[in-house]
Amino acid sequence: MSDATLSTGSTGSTGPSVENPAPLIEPPRARTGKTPKSTRTNFEMYGWLFMRLSGILLVVLVLGHLLIQLVLDGGVTKISFAFVAGRWASPFWQAWDLIMLWLAMLHGANGLRTIINDYAERDNTRFWLKMLLYTATVFTILLGTLVIFTFDPNI
Amino acid sequence: MPAGTLYRGREGMWSWVAHRVTGVLIFFFLLVHVLDTALVRVSPEAYDETIAVYKTPLVGLMEYGLVAAVLFHALNGLRVVAVDFWSKGAKYQKQMLYTVMGIWIVLMAGAFWPVLSHAFYEVFGS
Ligand code: HEM
Ligand code: HEM
Repeated sequence: MSDATLSTGSTGSTGPSVENPAPLIEPPRARTGKTPKSTRTNFEMYGWLFMRLSGILLVVLVLGHLLIQLVLDGGVTKISFAFVAGRWASPFWQAWDLIMLWLAMLHGANGLRTIINDYAERDNTRFWLKMLLYTATVFTILLGTLVIFTFDPNI
Repeated sequence: MPAGTLYRGREGMWSWVAHRVTGVLIFFFLLVHVLDTALVRVSPEAYDETIAVYKTPLVGLMEYGLVAAVLFHALNGLRVVAVDFWSKGAKYQKQMLYTVMGIWIVLMAGAFWPVLSHAFYEVFGS
């Protein structure tokens, strides 16, 4: 389909004309008096921005992590409790892992929230899928944070 | 069927589908990955026994798949950022997708041996 068909509309019965005007399309997401309070914030815009900013940081954090864990120094075969103990002896790698944990989980969870909104059409299904998502996300972030802060090499 | 779409079935749509699929995949891996790492709080033995699974050939192949997913999602994510923030981004989105695929192929070739050599030695002997 070429864009000529889209713009001229003179080639067949599909295009708009005086007798058959193009339908008036309401602007999407227009805010009216009936708009619920909860959608009068800029939450979705901040979410959109967060996906992009966290994504840029995650390129360094996650690709660096994969390089260290899977490529350098024998790849996956070198990983052991002792290896983790050596890494988390350094506050630098503790901070790296902590920031990566929070950013990747929040970025991924927000992405999944979008996907649930896209595909789960029934209000009930959507609600419960999101509750499941938020529960798993909070649990995983807290567990991962706890593990970094309470790590004991002499366990 | 909407007529005259310039999007459906084109590069833009497939890269969006791939971005979505890889994003979900990485998220579910991460949920499991934080659990396996948490075993360092149980005992060194529990952790090492579980990490041994990561070193088997079949799981090694899955790790290469994870690398493929992360690399695509990361490179294409940067492309999405460029489309949104760079004034010429939308105009060059197709060229940028081909650049993404080019870099992806080079990095996947580079990762092949480091990620999979241990699996190779195990399956074919060393
Ligand atoms: C198969 C590939 C991977 C391997 C072998 C691996 C290995 C490890 C290891 C050994 C640790 C322990 C701490 C350290 O050494 O830094 C760790 C922690 C971590 N990894 Fe990975 N990793 C992989 C992929 C990923 C990916 C793709 C992500 C992000 C999406 C990720 C996110 C994390 C996070 C957030 C932690 C900290 C966990 C915690 O707080 O308990 N890893 N990983
Ligand atoms: C490595 C660096 C990464 C970059 C540059 C990146 C970039 C992006 C961007 C820009 C978006 C928004 C796409 C849009 O609004 O259309 C996005 C979506 C998403 N990302 Fe990432 N991301 C990265 C890592 C991750 C990780 C580690 C995860 C999983 C834990 C993840 C999971 C997702 C998901 C599930 C979506 C939603 C996809 C959709 O709505 O179709 N991403 N990513």
